[in-house]
Amino acid sequence: MMKKQTKRGLLVSSLLMSSVASAEYGLNLPKGVSDYSGQVYDMHMMVLWICVIIGIGVFGAMFYSIFAHRKSKGIEPAKFSHSTTVEIIWTAIPVLILIAIALPATKGMMQMDSPRDAQGEPVTMDMTVKITGYQWKWRYDYLDEGFGFLSTLTADSNIARQKGSGIDVNTVDNYLLDVDNPLVIPANTNIRFLLTSDDVIHSWWVPEFGWKRDAIPGFINEAWTNVKKPGTYRGQCAELCGKDHGYMPIVVEVLSPSDYDAWLAEQNGESVADQSASADESVAVETAQVSGSDNTPDEGQQDNAQDEKVMAETGADEANAEASDQQAEEMTADDQASQSEGGWSMEKLMARGEEVYNIQCLACHKMDGSGMPPAFPSLIDSQVVSGDVAKHIDVVVNGVSGTAMAPFGSMLPAEDVAAVITYTRNSFGHDTGDRVQPADIEAVLQ
Amino acid sequence: MTEISENQYYVPHKAKWPIVACVGLFITVIGASLKFNSLDLEPTTPWLMYLGFAILIVMFFGWFGEVIKESEAKLYNKHVDASFRAGMIWFIFSEVMFFAAFFGALFYARTFAVPWLGGEGTNLATNVQLWSGYEPVWPTNGPADLNGRFETISAFALPLVNTLLLLTSSVTITIAHHALLANDRKKTIIWMIATVLLGATFLFYQVEEYIEAYQHLNLTLESGIYGATFFMLTGFHGLHVTLGTIMLIVITIRLIKGHFKADNHFGFEAVAWYWHFVDVVWLGLFIFVYVL
Amino acid sequence: MSHDITHDELSHDHDHKPKGFVNRWLLTTNHKDIGTMYLVFALAMFILGGSMAMVIRLELFQPGLQFVEPFFFNQMTTMHALFMIFGAVMPAFVGLANWMIPIMIGAPDMALPRLNNFSFWLLPFAFVLLAATFFIPGGAPAGGWTMYPPLVLQGGQNVAFLVFAVHLMGISSILGAINIIATIVNMRAPNVGYLNMPMFVWTWLITAFLLILVMPVLAGAVTMLLTDRYFGTSFFNAAGGGDPVMFQHIFWFFGHPEVYIMILPSFGIVSEIIPTFARKRLFGYVSMVYATAAIAFLSFIVWAHHMFSVGMPLGGQLYFMYATMLIAVPTGVKVFNWLATMWRGAMTFETPMLFSIAFVALFTVGGFSGVMMALAPVDLQYHDTYFIVAHFHYVLVPGSVFAIIAAAYYWLPKWTGHMYNERLGKIHFWWSAISVNVLFFPQHFLGLAGMPRRIPDYSTQFAEFNMWSSIGGFAFGLAQVFFVYIVIKTVRGGQKATAQVWDEAKGLEWTIPSPAPHHTFDDYKPVDLSKMAHGDNH
Ligand code: HEA
Ligand code: HEA
Ligand code: HEC
Ligand code: CUA
Ligand SMILES: [Cu+2]
Repeated sequence: MMKKQTKRGLLVSSLLMSSVASAEYGLNLPKGVSDYSGQVYDMHMMVLWICVIIGIGVFGAMFYSIFAHRKSKGIEPAKFSHSTTVEIIWTAIPVLILIAIALPATKGMMQMDSPRDAQGEPVTMDMTVKITGYQWKWRYDYLDEGFGFLSTLTADSNIARQKGSGIDVNTVDNYLLDVDNPLVIPANTNIRFLLTSDDVIHSWWVPEFGWKRDAIPGFINEAWTNVKKPGTYRGQCAELCGKDHGYMPIVVEVLSPSDYDAWLAEQNGESVADQSASADESVAVETAQVSGSDNTPDEGQQDNAQDEKVMAETGADEANAEASDQQAEEMTADDQASQSEGGWSMEKLMARGEEVYNIQCLACHKMDGSGMPPAFPSLIDSQVVSGDVAKHIDVVVNGVSGTAMAPFGSMLPAEDVAAVITYTRNSFGHDTGDRVQPADIEAVLQ
Repeated sequence: MTEISENQYYVPHKAKWPIVACVGLFITVIGASLKFNSLDLEPTTPWLMYLGFAILIVMFFGWFGEVIKESEAKLYNKHVDASFRAGMIWFIFSEVMFFAAFFGALFYARTFAVPWLGGEGTNLATNVQLWSGYEPVWPTNGPADLNGRFETISAFALPLVNTLLLLTSSVTITIAHHALLANDRKKTIIWMIATVLLGATFLFYQVEEYIEAYQHLNLTLESGIYGATFFMLTGFHGLHVTLGTIMLIVITIRLIKGHFKADNHFGFEAVAWYWHFVDVVWLGLFIFVYVL
Repeated sequence: MSHDITHDELSHDHDHKPKGFVNRWLLTTNHKDIGTMYLVFALAMFILGGSMAMVIRLELFQPGLQFVEPFFFNQMTTMHALFMIFGAVMPAFVGLANWMIPIMIGAPDMALPRLNNFSFWLLPFAFVLLAATFFIPGGAPAGGWTMYPPLVLQGGQNVAFLVFAVHLMGISSILGAINIIATIVNMRAPNVGYLNMPMFVWTWLITAFLLILVMPVLAGAVTMLLTDRYFGTSFFNAAGGGDPVMFQHIFWFFGHPEVYIMILPSFGIVSEIIPTFARKRLFGYVSMVYATAAIAFLSFIVWAHHMFSVGMPLGGQLYFMYATMLIAVPTGVKVFNWLATMWRGAMTFETPMLFSIAFVALFTVGGFSGVMMALAPVDLQYHDTYFIVAHFHYVLVPGSVFAIIAAAYYWLPKWTGHMYNERLGKIHFWWSAISVNVLFFPQHFLGLAGMPRRIPDYSTQFAEFNMWSSIGGFAFGLAQVFFVYIVIKTVRGGQKATAQVWDEAKGLEWTIPSPAPHHTFDDYKPVDLSKMAHGDNH
């Protein structure tokens, strides 16, 4: 019974999210969804009102004297030019006001630094997520579970955002605020975040949580949250990190603990086959079901699997889910075909490759492969792309050190790398006909 | 030429050297930029930079030559002299702040950055997650062991000698100053020459030290934060000693030419102040870079 | 090379201007001519920097990318700030200092006239160097004016140009500041004591100290960037034991005093103008001096309020929070003193007064958002959003820039000998004052609603306020074109100005003819203290 309600809640909220998201309107800081963010909001309102009141005083005095003490009213100017008493008063009063503001702020700061519960006992953290910033995507590692994945701006935003894309961005759902793989966390759980970066400084910020923290290369910063309300929360990278700083959104999917457990089980099942989790939800459901029936079919697990199916169908992004459903079907067909061939088919590689390209590579090399020379080379007339396959694989897998070209071999699953290389070798005017297989990539990675 | 009275203030009507200085600096930095950028590709000879330097050298001679001429022409009264003094004091002060930035970097790295990387205090995660096994001891070339193992210069060898050299030179220049105040020109010149020699010896040993560091100790600019702070601090200091020594030489030549009087020798004093400043910075370096 | 010192050079002939462009401007040592060059240069840079702001506002007019690529947008943001700060506001203040300080304290010229010429001419070279980066492969710096590594080190070839340009600007500022200190300390007329000095001179004295203390630190910081980029040092590289955050500490040790460098002279200007038009003495002159000094002192110990999100230890965060909040106290003293000066005065509202009043009001608004951001836990929400952008533009545009404009109207008659057209001035004021609020007020809401700064494109819920902000921006920009027109018109001609110019204005500058002769106060001799606003302060 309980479960049904949560499910329905999830469904309703996710529908609401998708339809209203782009219209949601804010004039003020959000109250947020944790106790801490509520405190921050209260502090903000307090200091805002104090400033408004002082402002009324200052502007009031000013406008009164502008109105009353003007020469055109025939006023003779007064002669006074100082008064120690008044000066002491208007030094002392601000001091007192500031002390009054500083007290709650001190408490808030201590809470962020080392959280304590209502009894004043230090709070222990229930789980840890490591967040790594890359130009321009996030990686989430569930340290206790031993898996992780990349999270990147979705393809529809990414395509629409290009200059001259011809797409009206108002028609894109959650324009610039949607990712392929959101961070999924449980509600009512103390979560520790470890933040770092692989290249330049980024900053991880979800306004609803009430803080942001910089992700600094070579260092780890800590932060924590405990979200009270399941839902989807969005934020953005908040530290200038290069040209696509504006295209580095953060989406956090907060599930009820039981839904979260289900999600986790499915991830664990999947992570055996596919570390990346960049595979789509529906494929995941299949995996979960398969593994469910392979193992002792205990009730709980089947329940989980069904949960997942519901989730996939009512997923936060309806359109996306549909698209991936279709793709999944194609892929299964392909899989059967390619089984006999002993590798992935061209179509399958190209389809997956295009998808990966439009998420991972387009930022620098542009949708049509033209890049932005000299900093970001064009792939259209690239010797590497039209030349030796081994060199091409090397560039994409290992990156080019000292440049923005990252080592994708360690960031993407081998299938994706293989697909995207195949895609580039057969697009933008190239038709080498080469088919790079995941196995080729794995060989290089050894 | 008219001498200037006490209630006037000498204002030169035209100044051509500043614009030459600007052009010189501009050419120098463009040359340097092109040179640095070529390091990534194939290093080129920085002709433009040399040209800029040449212009700057001409400019220095021209500018100061003009000032010296005006000074000898008695155009500078007490009032002008006071302006020069204020100018020099605050210029040296700005130099102090420039060094402060690098000392600040040294302190920050030692007290915050390195311990953090080593996971001290509440920062365990950084060490465990990113740099496991790294021990935060100074000197360090960082958790990635950049540029490989290196040794440091021992404080109580050459650096100690250098400290004594500079301290002595501060004494000798003071003796020279007193001699000048006593109008004993010959004594002044002798002690100035001693100061110049001490400065030059210091520089010689400093170069020795660098050669030793690069050739035998594998201590280079690229040896992590230690190498960076070590060479940048001692390097900028060395540069200032070089300039200081050149200034000492110029002053000595002027003394030989008969410039400066017991009651009017701002140029001499300015150089002496500068030299003391260089000396004090060295003491800081000796303690914080070599000893500690 | 040896130029003979002719009678000319010591002449008392008051209006003896050198002939020809080279002699008059390139080689000049005259504080007024150098002041003029600084002001013209600042105006030019303001227009350039403003044009870049217009590109920013144009792109942000609506969501989606319409005009520029993200990378170019970042170049615009970065260069806009560098041009405005180092090219427009700081040189404008130095120009005002050059023009006014000697005649306000009865000095014949700046203390070190040759150096003065050098300080000015360095600037055009520095900005040519900086602007040249637009034309090199890889483009202009795009890492923000704060130049944080490691991002800024990805700038390719522009790193060296950026660093050297900053060096040149730094040398210019340091030498300029030294000159101003030497002038104020050493060149006051014999009977002018420190507590007789006009407030503008006081604020500049303190600003000059700030400059000497922090510009070399900036030079050091960018030098470290240079060696990290080209010579393999690891100042800001964790792998070598360095720390990118270290740059931020060094930068903001410069950067925070820098923002007061851009406001203290404004305080001085406003403290000159308000008493003139209120026909009443400046209230609490001595406490104004102390407050200025207190602000300057505090500005050195609050830098890390720009870095609450970098993960400082708790103690550090709390300390920087408290110290930052304290600045509101002396600043409050100044605001209250201005109010008390207006109180029971006999005010008239000529253009300089209007801009000054707007300054007091809108600077206070910017100050309030500053105090809000000082609260570390809440700043973790505000940081790097448009709330910050709103804050600093309120203190910088209707703050510093309005004060500069007020100063220009106030002293233009003294500089040119012509009155500006009061009606046009008033139009300029209302146009600017309204549009500047349309431009920057909505940015508070954008920030609170979650729009990060330094982004070329945004999610659709931010569309409406951005559109308002852009409309305000264009209007404000056009208003400044109008200002340029008014200034040119005044230089060309207009009603002749008297020596006194404003009824009750006090100060030595009003004792000399308008336009001010090429040389003033040649002889070092006592001035008439009763003509000075604070001539009887002892
Ligand atoms: C002229 C420039 C100027 C001035 C004067 C100020 C003034 C102040 N600034 Fe601002 N600031 C900037 C320019 C300036 N700032 C810039 C450029 C940045 C961004 C840099 C970047 O990141 O690019 C910035 C950023 C900035 C931050 C960092 C925000 C962030 O990035 O997260 C903070 C945080 O504390 C801050 C605080 C303050 C405070 C407390 C003042 C105080 O001095 C304000 C004091 C004034 C008042 C308070 C009003 C008058 C007082 C009264 C009427 C008395 C009574 C009032 C009370 C008791 C509240 N500023
Ligand atoms: C003194 C400093 C100063 C001044 C005066 C200004 C003035 C203006 N600033 Fe600036 N600004 C900064 C300092 C300043 N700014 C700093 C430090 C940053 C942070 C940079 C960073 O993040 O690194 C910043 C960033 C910044 C941003 C955020 C960019 C981003 O985060 O991506 C924006 C966006 O609106 C902006 C807008 C403006 C506007 C519209 C003006 C206007 O007031 C300008 C008005 C002037 C003119 C327009 C010029 C005159 C007229 C013409 C040239 C004719 C043409 C006019 C038209 C076509 C209408 N500024
Ligand atoms: C962050 C920006 C960025 C992203 C994202 C990126 N690249 Fe690159 N890429 C670069 C840069 C910069 C270079 C140039 C490296 C050099 O200087 O040799 C490059 C070079 C290349 C080259 C060699 C081209 C040549 O002619 O030298 C290939 C092929 C390539 N990238 C493919 C890809 C693929 C495939 C992806 C996506 C999986 C991708 N890149 C994503 C920045 C990027
Ligand atoms: Cu990542 Cu901004
Ligand atoms: Cu600050």
